[in-house]
Amino acid sequence: MNDRENLLLKPARAVGIVGYGVYIPQYRLPASEILRIWAGDEGGAPVKEKAVPGLDEDTITISIEAARNALARAGIDAQKLRAVWVGSESHPYVVKPSSTVVAEAIGASEHIQAADLEFACKAGTEAVVAAMALVGSKMGDYALAIGADTAQGKPGDALEFTAAAGGAAFVIGPAENALATIAASYSYVTDTPDFWRRQHQVYPEHGQRFTGEPAYFKHVTAAAQTMLSQLGTTAADYAFAVFHQPNTKFPQRVARELGFSKEQIETGLLSPVIGNTYAGASLVGLTAVLDIAKPGDRILVVSYGSGAGSDAFDMRVTDLIEERRNKAPLTQQYIERRIEIDYATYARYRGKIVMK
Amino acid sequence: MEIPRHWRLQKQRLALVGEVCPHCQAKIFPARDVCPECGGEAKTAFKFSGKGEVYSFTTLHSVPAGFEENAPYTVALVKLDEGPIITAQLTDVGEREVKIGTPVEMVTRRIRQDGDERGMLIYGYKFRPVLRMS
Ligand SMILES: [Zn+2]
Repeated sequence: MNDRENLLLKPARAVGIVGYGVYIPQYRLPASEILRIWAGDEGGAPVKEKAVPGLDEDTITISIEAARNALARAGIDAQKLRAVWVGSESHPYVVKPSSTVVAEAIGASEHIQAADLEFACKAGTEAVVAAMALVGSKMGDYALAIGADTAQGKPGDALEFTAAAGGAAFVIGPAENALATIAASYSYVTDTPDFWRRQHQVYPEHGQRFTGEPAYFKHVTAAAQTMLSQLGTTAADYAFAVFHQPNTKFPQRVARELGFSKEQIETGLLSPVIGNTYAGASLVGLTAVLDIAKPGDRILVVSYGSGAGSDAFDMRVTDLIEERRNKAPLTQQYIERRIEIDYATYARYRGKIVMK
Repeated sequence: MEIPRHWRLQKQRLALVGEVCPHCQAKIFPARDVCPECGGEAKTAFKFSGKGEVYSFTTLHSVPAGFEENAPYTVALVKLDEGPIITAQLTDVGEREVKIGTPVEMVTRRIRQDGDERGMLIYGYKFRPVLRMS
């Protein structure tokens, strides 16, 4: 593609985030528990601990609570939504949408678009792009985009430290009613076999070291750099940046290489304390930023999904943030609502104990 | 398989939708189309706030068939802010002490699966201790 001018997705009508909401389950599995069971207490871990869903929680229930929080902040009736899209790699059913359960639970109309999206950890931000398009084209005034997961890691595998549960929901609507406007998005995708899960398989496979350089770093860097160069911005223009966070080090390194400081990324870097919430990860990080951001603050968000691709967003916080942020629980309140569990309880909660 | 019954009860279970009596304004849950207060016809849908308090409770260690995976758990009579008292599981209790009068709020959770792992998943209301707001 040579027409470099047209790489950004810019809606015909200005759009933004009208309401946002998060949900993080209360159980935490410390990395030390995984080291105790599988490594004789030896070695380091990519995060301190991760969020684990309870026995009655899954991607649908996480999505419902995040969506209710987003609607509470948006202050709009769910009947005004024209779409409900749920991005996840852990939809409870292989066939039967999560989105229709969520739509019915929040009281959305029956005259809407509804679908589940899957693109590893990028499915949630893809839902946001779709919502921007629906609202930006004036086909509807409000759309709900959700990224949520209850990720599974093979016992003893490196991913078991990080595969976590959580999600975030966003009511996308016209910019004049937004708490943060979204000027543009940009996506960069290639066929890259870094991580996958085949039909009927419980646990994913991954390409070990292949997950770094040609996968995460290549796509996140390309998406961020293209976004900045097309907008004519630099890292210094942003108050905050949020990158997909499969661990602690990847987002720290990519931020440094792109010229962002520790201060710019620390608010939205939650993987050390909740793990990788997959389709929720960058979006949950964004909710933590919106919880403290000031009007005028500019935010860069870059997701990453294996397989592979990144979505980048340029956002700017508006005056409406102040009156809306306290209409639902803050992200840090969910993080502080913490019950530590041991590996045996984790094994039970995650269905790792064979019952028949 | 009880698909038709589950489907009929869905709105009530997922969103805590009951009825309001057009004659005396009593809030009704579950929906029964007749007002228990004044006996008038009441078919207007009403969405409850989901806020309430524990009226009484008991912890079950031996549980009904279909709920074994979640045992033990606490079942409560919850008095909704709008008046009705309903039976529901408590969830996310953890180490928190549940008492009569503990403020609770509705959350939608997975209740059970219909039959085995091939059956449909049934979602519905439970109540948890109110999340502390800033
Ligand atoms: Zn009446």
